[in-house]
Amino acid sequence: MTIQGLNSRGSVDKVMKDVKSRNAAPGKQGGLNAEIQSRIGHQLRAMYDDVVRQGVPDRFAELIRKLDTPEGNAQLGAAGDKNDGRE
Amino acid sequence: MPLTDSLRDDILASVPSLRAFAISLSGNGDRADDLVQETLLRALANIDSFQPGSNLPAWLFTILRNLFRSDYRKRRREVEDADGSYAKTLKTQPAQSAHLEFEEFRLALEKLPQDQREALILVGASGFSYEDAAAICGCAVGTIKSRVNRARSKLSALLYVDGAEDFGPDETVRAVIGGSGG
Repeated sequence: MTIQGLNSRGSVDKVMKDVKSRNAAPGKQGGLNAEIQSRIGHQLRAMYDDVVRQGVPDRFAELIRKLDTPEGNAQLGAAGDKNDGRE
Repeated sequence: MPLTDSLRDDILASVPSLRAFAISLSGNGDRADDLVQETLLRALANIDSFQPGSNLPAWLFTILRNLFRSDYRKRRREVEDADGSYAKTLKTQPAQSAHLEFEEFRLALEKLPQDQREALILVGASGFSYEDAAAICGCAVGTIKSRVNRARSKLSALLYVDGAEDFGPDETVRAVIGGSGG
């Protein structure tokens, strides 16, 4: 029944309480709090999206285009493990 | 299913996320692009085994993951010093956003066991469901969930030790060494 946030002591207590309740959340053994988790998620996506934004390098567009020709299909025969020599 | 124009476009559209996955797995841009190239060749050569209407990105990611795994096993035998030369290739790799924090995160990710790293990336970055990630890794959904949880707590221990009470193997090893008096 106390009002929190009226003085600095109160807000510190509130923060500690928040941290503790996050740590006590089910499935979060090891004291992984929500803030750290969202930071990890953010960094992971930032790293990943950095590459995704680079789009399709010419090398791969070219590769797929070339493989659409009869000569390209012959190349595929050499690359595929399960390809059993059909034309 | 035969290689139609639309299927070819869909494969091409998956290339950016395949590259991101490959780089996150291998930590090396050149090697990642070789992995993607080999994945595309395999996929196109075995396109008949792709089920129309099923999840194309998941199929492609499965191929890439398996290629990475077999490649990794081969290289592991070649590269003896686990944290010497491999760590250097990470540092010299030209990163687009070369913030210190970014590099730190990348290195921490590299320290995770492979199972945990791939689970975390598939779910946390590629946006696959736990079910799809389980299919890609060939394991149970519960296994993926626990790998993702362990990956997160290990990362938080590596990056934000103050905020995490969980200690990874590094700390355990140190504790064992420290307490080996009797």
